[in-house]
Amino acid sequence: MNFDPRFTGRKFSSVGTRPLRPDGIDKVTGRARYGADFNMAGQLVGRILRSPHAHAVIKSIDTSKAEKLAGVKAVITAKDLPDLTDGDAAMYDILDNSMARKKALYDGHAVAAVAAIDARIARQALKLIEVDYEVLPHVTDVDEAAHHHAPLINDQVFTEGLEEKPAKPSNITKRTQFGHGDVHKGFAEADFVIERSFKTEQTHQGYIEPHACVASVNPDGTADLWVCTQGHFVYRQHCAQLLGLEASKLRVTSSEIGGGFGGKTHVWAEPVALALSRKAGRPVKLVMTRDEVFRASGPTSATSIDVRIGAKKDGTITAAEATLRYSCGPYAGSWAEIGAMTAFACYKLENVKTVGFEVLVNRPKTAAYRAPSAPMAAFAVESSIDELAREIGMDAVDFRIKNAAQEGTRASYGPVYGPIGIGPTLEAVKKHPHMKAPLKANQGRGMACGFWFNFGGQTCVDLNIGMDGSVSLAVGTVDVGGSRASLSLVAAEELGIDYSQLKAIVADTSSLGYNDMTDGSRGTFSSSMATISAARNAILILRDRAAQMWDIPVEDVVWEKGHAIAKGEKYGNLSPLSLKDIAAKSGTTGGPIAGHSELVADGAGVSFATHICDIEVDPETGATRVIRYTVVQDAGKAVHPTYVEGQYQGGAAQGIGWALNEEYIYGKDGRLQNAGFLDYRIPVCSDLPMIDTQILEIPNPNHPYGVRGVGETSIVPPLAAIANAVSNAVGVRMTHIPMSPPRILAALDAEREG
Amino acid sequence: MVEVTLWGSLSTVAGGKAKHDIEAKDIRELFRKLAEQYPGIEPWIDRGIAVAIDGTIYRDTWSKELPEDAEIFLLPRLAGG
Repeated sequence: MNFDPRFTGRKFSSVGTRPLRPDGIDKVTGRARYGADFNMAGQLVGRILRSPHAHAVIKSIDTSKAEKLAGVKAVITAKDLPDLTDGDAAMYDILDNSMARKKALYDGHAVAAVAAIDARIARQALKLIEVDYEVLPHVTDVDEAAHHHAPLINDQVFTEGLEEKPAKPSNITKRTQFGHGDVHKGFAEADFVIERSFKTEQTHQGYIEPHACVASVNPDGTADLWVCTQGHFVYRQHCAQLLGLEASKLRVTSSEIGGGFGGKTHVWAEPVALALSRKAGRPVKLVMTRDEVFRASGPTSATSIDVRIGAKKDGTITAAEATLRYSCGPYAGSWAEIGAMTAFACYKLENVKTVGFEVLVNRPKTAAYRAPSAPMAAFAVESSIDELAREIGMDAVDFRIKNAAQEGTRASYGPVYGPIGIGPTLEAVKKHPHMKAPLKANQGRGMACGFWFNFGGQTCVDLNIGMDGSVSLAVGTVDVGGSRASLSLVAAEELGIDYSQLKAIVADTSSLGYNDMTDGSRGTFSSSMATISAARNAILILRDRAAQMWDIPVEDVVWEKGHAIAKGEKYGNLSPLSLKDIAAKSGTTGGPIAGHSELVADGAGVSFATHICDIEVDPETGATRVIRYTVVQDAGKAVHPTYVEGQYQGGAAQGIGWALNEEYIYGKDGRLQNAGFLDYRIPVCSDLPMIDTQILEIPNPNHPYGVRGVGETSIVPPLAAIANAVSNAVGVRMTHIPMSPPRILAALDAEREG
Repeated sequence: MVEVTLWGSLSTVAGGKAKHDIEAKDIRELFRKLAEQYPGIEPWIDRGIAVAIDGTIYRDTWSKELPEDAEIFLLPRLAGG
């Protein structure tokens, strides 16, 4: 990679403007094609049989009756997905999660699948599959699962990260620890110490579009997969490995995406659809129902967190520690680890220690959910910070400002920070009119801070200039939040042309080099870096072509504002050549003009946000209403501010649902009780006020334009901000998320009963 | 020679020490030398380790040079949403 990513402080023409979104018309007219909108001639309907048990040995599966049903073209079990993972434990878990091999590990775990000529016959066939289960004791609660008496989910799991390998297996797969200083000394110096325990329940990303794909495997070993995903290149790698296909012969095309938020970063149905197609010899379309999405995709962790923070009378925090237990589903994960890293990242702490425990439970395999693991840790820490401020008698914002991390602070997760935005977000909140607005009876105001790392990754972009001077941009990061618009703005900025001259598309896996997933808030950060690099490569060619047209040395040609300019008085009679002029002559100056870039975008800047929230609580019913909500967040540089504001609002909206309503509810039988949007209630427009936003721009020194990721951080503070608001409204510290009406009433009753 | 700090859990497979002096010019050499010295680290490298150089986190650029006076901190490679 010959590309200098350092921030240059340049002035912008296109970046920072708000042109119309390029995908808007297709989306509002219904022309946009989502996962389930693709069809192939002769396609079959795929359906999956799922375990009704939370934990059971699969003794045998008899598919003979289903296979004999007229219209059924293929029936598969784990035998049709042999283990090709070659000792790769993470891939084996993905394989086992796609189709249970020996044990069903949660309610909804796939055990068999059929492909039939229509949905009715496919459903009939599922009923004809006979599975002989030996039901085992199960555990779904994170604290119960961590107990040494809990039913073992995998007897080959011995806790990692301990000084000595334990003698007995456990549901705790890993212990991780972060921190520095001496917390014992720090607590000894404290005048006030707050110690609290918190719980958060499992939630789903709640994307509107269910998982959907069409798979077509040909007898010659080539295959196509049309799928709704956040990362079609990663899906290709995983599916090729699991199916024994050559990656280059599996072409994966990503559809428009109706939300992902981390939940579309893993394969579940796709290997099954490919295996069905391979066996049936026909394309197979597989669309998950909402019930299946809840029961068998990848929700976030349920957590149990203990926090202890000490401070002096003057408000200086002297020590902070947290123990975090995160559920992973039945497979190993690193979710508590991330919680342990992010928990105290907003603060300047001399003595800090966090310990994370990854806990197996009989629930679906945990997947990422927007700044995964950080919101729960922030809820626990920011609730405790609020209480500590109250104990000391300090304003909650002033207390945070006094202890906020800044450039040069050693982060609680290890390294020293560069330029960061937590202080400026707090100062902006302190000055914000929202903080001074009067409250009515039964209303409370809360605020909280949040942190997320952001990251980059492998990225590839092609920029092609047509002979008419229009420019197409082919990117490999799926557009989950407006990246086609922001990348077009970036290309327009570099080339010096108008946004309307550009069209960005997400290319399929056979048309572009490998790209990592769109996750970690990396879409615009990474692909803008590759776009800048590709545009600069194209400009080198444009200069060369202009030099040919003028018959002068290329060194005498510069690129300014979309034109080649011959520099020097001796060229005074040469009029500038526009990109369009040069493109029109490309056929006789060397052929097509394009710029390519393949790079690893590293150096994503960390991100901070502070939110303010007003809540009204009905003390008789426990019902809550969000009265006002404000997001203040550092974007580094907002490439398309409207989309940035949308990301801020979207994260807040999801956080509001998580804080107040959303919750996986399991029965004693280990089965999910509320696998649908009627019983699992996400916020709708009428539940929410207009979410106000304020964009701060503290440039990331490791991006030419100063861009930081913006997609995830906005979901980190809401749980805590809302918990602080509810607690202030009712006068009782809320320690269990979601703060649903029954839970608020129970807390009020408990307070009254002393 | 650079001083490298390992996060808490990783230090358990590196002789229980958090700080290590390693002769390494870039991230690739750093990982190789750590694995030679502490074979238990190798599976962790395979699963993913990020390197913070003066606070900037690098996940994939193994050719990144390690300045002698820089603060170098190893971290788990993260997942995102």
